[in-house]
Amino acid sequence: MSGQVRQQIVVSGVGGQGVLFVTRLLADAAIRRGGSVLTSETHGMAQRGGVVVSHLKAGDFAGPLVRTGQADGLIVLKEENLPLHREFIKPGGWIVLNTPRPGAAEGTGGVHAVDADGRAHESGNLQAANLILLGFALARLGAADRGGRLFCSPDDIEAALTQRMGDRESALRASIAALHLGILRGKR
Amino acid sequence: MNERVLMLGNEAIARGLVESGCSVATSYPGTPASEILSSAVQWRKACGVPMHIQWAVNEKVALEIAYTASLTGLRSAVSMKQVGLNVASDPLMSAAYTGVMGGFLVISADDPGPHSSQTEQDSRLMAMMAKVPVLDPSSPAYARELVEIGYEISEIFRIPVMLRPTTRVCHACQDILPGEVRPLRREADFRKSPARWAATPAFRFELHRELAEKLAAIAAWPRTAPARLNPHAEGRRAVVASGVAAAHAGEILLESGLWDRLPIYRVVQPFPLHTAFIAHLFAAYEEILVLEETAAVIEMQLLDRRRVRGRMTGTVPEAGELLPEIVERLIAEFAGLPVKEESATAKGGGRRPTLCAGCPHRSSFYAIKKAAPKGIYPSDIGCYTLGLNLGGVDTVLCMGAAVSQAAGFYQAYRLAGKPVDIVATIGDSTFYHAGVPPLIDAVVQGARFVLVILDNSTTAMTGFQATPATGIGAANEPTGAVDMESLVRGCGVGFCKVGTPSRLPEFTGLLKEAVAFSHERGPAVVIAREPCVMDRRQSNRLPPRRKVRVNEECNGCRHCTEQFECPALVYDEGGQRIFVDTLQCTGCGVCLHVCPRSAIVEEDPGGGNP
Repeated sequence: MSGQVRQQIVVSGVGGQGVLFVTRLLADAAIRRGGSVLTSETHGMAQRGGVVVSHLKAGDFAGPLVRTGQADGLIVLKEENLPLHREFIKPGGWIVLNTPRPGAAEGTGGVHAVDADGRAHESGNLQAANLILLGFALARLGAADRGGRLFCSPDDIEAALTQRMGDRESALRASIAALHLGILRGKR
Repeated sequence: MNERVLMLGNEAIARGLVESGCSVATSYPGTPASEILSSAVQWRKACGVPMHIQWAVNEKVALEIAYTASLTGLRSAVSMKQVGLNVASDPLMSAAYTGVMGGFLVISADDPGPHSSQTEQDSRLMAMMAKVPVLDPSSPAYARELVEIGYEISEIFRIPVMLRPTTRVCHACQDILPGEVRPLRREADFRKSPARWAATPAFRFELHRELAEKLAAIAAWPRTAPARLNPHAEGRRAVVASGVAAAHAGEILLESGLWDRLPIYRVVQPFPLHTAFIAHLFAAYEEILVLEETAAVIEMQLLDRRRVRGRMTGTVPEAGELLPEIVERLIAEFAGLPVKEESATAKGGGRRPTLCAGCPHRSSFYAIKKAAPKGIYPSDIGCYTLGLNLGGVDTVLCMGAAVSQAAGFYQAYRLAGKPVDIVATIGDSTFYHAGVPPLIDAVVQGARFVLVILDNSTTAMTGFQATPATGIGAANEPTGAVDMESLVRGCGVGFCKVGTPSRLPEFTGLLKEAVAFSHERGPAVVIAREPCVMDRRQSNRLPPRRKVRVNEECNGCRHCTEQFECPALVYDEGGQRIFVDTLQCTGCGVCLHVCPRSAIVEEDPGGGNP
């Protein structure tokens, strides 16, 4: 585990958007990288359309929660949550934002923005916004071992997807397509 | 398996059960404990071990079944959420006296916050009251290990053992290396001993004395003694922490540079607290800060009040989760460091939960408000608690209380000579769990109210577990089934009719009929039967989809968003009118009957029923 990137990420959205799935893919990727990982999820009543936030700590940590002002990055699937969860970010941290108006949000305060819902709609796979946003984050931030800002790479996430969905071929194909759609958007 | 895999805390606990040779596992679903039993089903299949795994009708029944299996020498476990332990407390208190043969674990998941519960109660207090040992894991990996340790204590001392995870253990994920599965190959062998298993009060006195001796021995058992996390640190102050608070505290000490100068102890067994540890603390330290969730269980066993800081001194907040930001502040204050400004906790708020688009409960509540507009609406525990957003829920107390509260309101208003319409709602699973005895009571007392059983044929809020009516078991195996109408009629109810809530006009008419019956003749029951839209098992039973749109008649009055609150009906601030969010709309078509101006219309008439 020596030399493993130590990173804390918060994923924010509302029930039904696939916040937990994105978090678990990132956690799988951390294990693939040979490191430890802890996450914390929202279950229960909040999943009925309410605010859902999950925490991910890759590397050597003991507790599952990220403190305010400590997160390296924030992935926001629902723009209205940004004011609620922006405080998790440490100075200089990044924000990856799903918004219908990416042009207006991009660049201010470490924000990288994409219209993941819009791209999902265009692609005909309405459920795919979470993976489009994740793909966008992976490409835009880059993997830490190649000088980027994220502890894992698109290949790690693709492998995690394959492992989780290997027995459902068409769903896996659609998910990988969504991930690549996001990656394409994320490349500058 | 020889690779680390990502496990949810509840999956890790279930893994521990299978690895330790648990033969009988029972539960009633409740957040944050629900996935323990469903994961046990998965591990049983993956590992090919024989086990009986079942959802029980409620936690009391679940505990009694699992406990009795232990009397035959098998290892067993019951899991539930903390308020479920209230329901199961009667057999727990007694089982502490009578003891066990095979290892018996009571897994009670607490919910500091609370995130998804009526209370923040601490199951460890229940363990104290019952006089059974309780183990308090600080992570999913540790929770898995404590299952085997719990079984060892249980079998060495012949006592039920409680495992008490919290939400941040149950719903945390961690990389865990699965251990070996060791089948115990035990067979049921019940040795009769009426003096113990059917003890009368005279024997109970002896059993109580025996229990006290067991606890004294457990308080000296080395394997669960508190661990000093930083043995090299020296000082006259120490932190004593358990559960997730111990994980937060350890991390914060490392990051704040206090690791080398503030001794910290992690307590694994908060009750009975190790006697030698208590003596050591007072011999070694002038001041002790106790961090634990959610009650002062460790703290109250440290009897020198002048040297202990915690909840009882007002140092630690009395309510709410011990978030790491709070732990950070408490440690900084205790160590005399400046408290950082940014250590405030994240804001709450944001979008509130609501019933899903297409949820049949929404139509039920809308119809109830039409049928008894001035009524009192007692309700119960489940997704439909969210009917309070719609003004269709006035009270929520605990499982099954909708029925007894309806009776309570009736009797109170009857005394005043002021009759009032009372329409109670309860889910199907909740009705089987705790709604039947109060319904019998209502029939006996002639309480006049309408009970609407919201029957979506699943336990939706906790992850779609089957109900006793479905004839499906925890592993989707066929089971017996109990017919709801027969059960209601068997309770002596004179009015029991089934309706389809999405057929709103007819369903409203049925409710009015029930209200009229209840005025004259005692309790009336309406079963609102329609599948949960989120339950994949029932997707073939959903009504045909209808395409709706909002026409130019809409004047933006917002009756539909306020009284019906379907997430697919959205108010457009710019256009000042409603539009249909086609991403969310399930096409249930109920909103066609909701708009006062009939501005919600079907795009392709003739596309379906009703």
